[in-house]
Amino acid sequence: MFYREAGQFKTDYASDQAVFPILQDRIGLAIIFVIALAIPLADNDFLTNAVMIPFLIFTLAAIGLNLLTGYTGLLSLGTGAFMGVGAYACYKLTSIFPNVNIIIWIITSGFFAAAVGAIFGLPSLRIKGFYLAIATLAAQFFLEWCFTHIPWLYNYNNSAAIEVPQRELFGIIVTGPRATPETRYYIVLAIVVVMTWLASNLVHGRIGRMWMAVRDMDIAAELMGIRLLPTKLLAFAVSSFYCGVAGAMLTFLWYGAAESTVFNINQSFTILFMIIIGGLGSLLGAYLGAALIFILPIILRFVPEKLGLPLHAATVEHVSFMITGVLIIFFLIAEPAGLARLWQVGKQKLRVWPFPY
Amino acid sequence: MHLLYMIFIDPFVQMGSAPDLLAQTLWEGLVGGMLYALIALGFVLIFKASGVFNFAQGIMVVFAALTFVGLNDVGLNAFLALGLTIVVMFGLAFAIERSVLRPLVNQPDIILFMATFGITYFLIGFGEFVFGGDPKVMETENLFLPKGSVTYHTLGGIVQLQKLDVAAVIVASVMVAGLAVFFSKTRIGRALRAVADSHSAALSVGISLEQIWVIVWFAAGLVALVTGIFWGARSDVSFALEIIALKALPVLILGGFTSIPGAIVGGLIIGVGEKLGEFYWGPLVGGGTDAWFAYVIALVFLLFRPQGLFGERIIERV
Repeated sequence: MFYREAGQFKTDYASDQAVFPILQDRIGLAIIFVIALAIPLADNDFLTNAVMIPFLIFTLAAIGLNLLTGYTGLLSLGTGAFMGVGAYACYKLTSIFPNVNIIIWIITSGFFAAAVGAIFGLPSLRIKGFYLAIATLAAQFFLEWCFTHIPWLYNYNNSAAIEVPQRELFGIIVTGPRATPETRYYIVLAIVVVMTWLASNLVHGRIGRMWMAVRDMDIAAELMGIRLLPTKLLAFAVSSFYCGVAGAMLTFLWYGAAESTVFNINQSFTILFMIIIGGLGSLLGAYLGAALIFILPIILRFVPEKLGLPLHAATVEHVSFMITGVLIIFFLIAEPAGLARLWQVGKQKLRVWPFPY
Repeated sequence: MHLLYMIFIDPFVQMGSAPDLLAQTLWEGLVGGMLYALIALGFVLIFKASGVFNFAQGIMVVFAALTFVGLNDVGLNAFLALGLTIVVMFGLAFAIERSVLRPLVNQPDIILFMATFGITYFLIGFGEFVFGGDPKVMETENLFLPKGSVTYHTLGGIVQLQKLDVAAVIVASVMVAGLAVFFSKTRIGRALRAVADSHSAALSVGISLEQIWVIVWFAAGLVALVTGIFWGARSDVSFALEIIALKALPVLILGGFTSIPGAIVGGLIIGVGEKLGEFYWGPLVGGGTDAWFAYVIALVFLLFRPQGLFGERIIERV
């Protein structure tokens, strides 16, 4: 009734090719932006620091993996390690050149991750599917080993962890223990929004179409004149760039310090869950998946407390594990194409509502 | 020059000068590799019959071992506990078939793969909820498995074999032989191979897919139980075993996803390669290489033979 595009005429090519062709979508997006900007005003440090910042960072990593797995069809289990490359690169850069703007280093560290990702993407030309997934496990374990066994990466300190130094931007402290959650939130929000916009342009353009052709059938794509090696390596590089930036932000703008275990295999699996639950080949899916996988355990942890059930903390942990497992299976059975597809179906229903057809 | 010597000459000089150490390392590699092979065998069984890449195999090993130890701790006789654990594994296979595989039939591989992640999460939570999260000790004497070690004075030194490892090798060989006979001689085994070849063709000659899936998951559960008992006896039974199960993945690459002999040979190659690499070349780079050595072997191997040692040739058509 309210969600209907009747009367919205497309009079030029630009409006026909718009990412959000329907006015209501644009209004909805604007409302979401306003809410996102207003969240720190709620003055709830838990919401800003423990929910929104990590949610946005994981979303960025999920977008990165989605570009590779969802759009190009290359399954990767090395996401955690590529995030780690970003974090360690950023740490080294800012310790060698402390006076350069930290935001520049966070973005630049993505390029290091991209280079590493491209190297480990080389086998993708010959192998695919689960074989490729296992090949990327080599990247995961090898890089994780490097993070602990090459002391140069963590400046030879005794804890073998990277401690984020304090850095300022225009006189405001943005990293380190004294930075406020609000400042960090706005920086994360800005980077994630800009990079989502870039990813959206990428997948709607020529490169995105090349990726999708390779995903649907790489031999057919090759016959149509798409060179496989550059295309697949580009997917690995761009994906790792996103993961690298996410890793750098994870360390610098959320944790404040990180050991190699932060970037272990479970991190890779978590990101993979997000994109499969959210929807492969959908940027919206990355957001929805990250929200479900990251925020669900937090909510589950609070439910027994609110209901007044006197459960042991460990029990709650175990039960939330079980419920997460059951929900993963439930969502897969209910909608194997992911939450993004659920949203598509819902949108179609909204358009015809209140009539059945 | 010195570096080249350290990499290419020195390890072999060491091997030659101390053959007893070499034999010991080889033996340990073989035993470790056999346990990888057993986990990989569980993967292969399920992948062959249902095309599902069962990520939960590792956690099934932990879950089976936990159930056995948990029941034993309650005070049940070890063999009764073993029997009950087998019943539990059958129940698990049945439940997975009913609640996960059947509703997801005909979905893409990656969705089924993801569903096994759901199973993994559920089993981790359930196992910890029922049996507690702390590591447990596996008491193998109750199963009449030998303890202690035998020492041989050969090769100019001492080679020490754990009796338990010898028992593990024997039991595993018997089990693999039993599975091989079961799959080649019995009616169910033939039905299973038919399903592995083509689901729809098997259905059309009247083979029940559901039944085969339950049987295969149950067989994988039994393999998991045996693996869990021996692995648990070598170290404690805890969820840390799960990460070791990932080692079975490079084994699968070496052996091919669909080959049972491949899983065994691949497991042994990875086990021995990992131990030799860590013992002779590991110190050059600061140790800890067994965390990634297996994966790098598999990666290099993939570049030359993508379908694995015994895998079927991959033919692609547009």
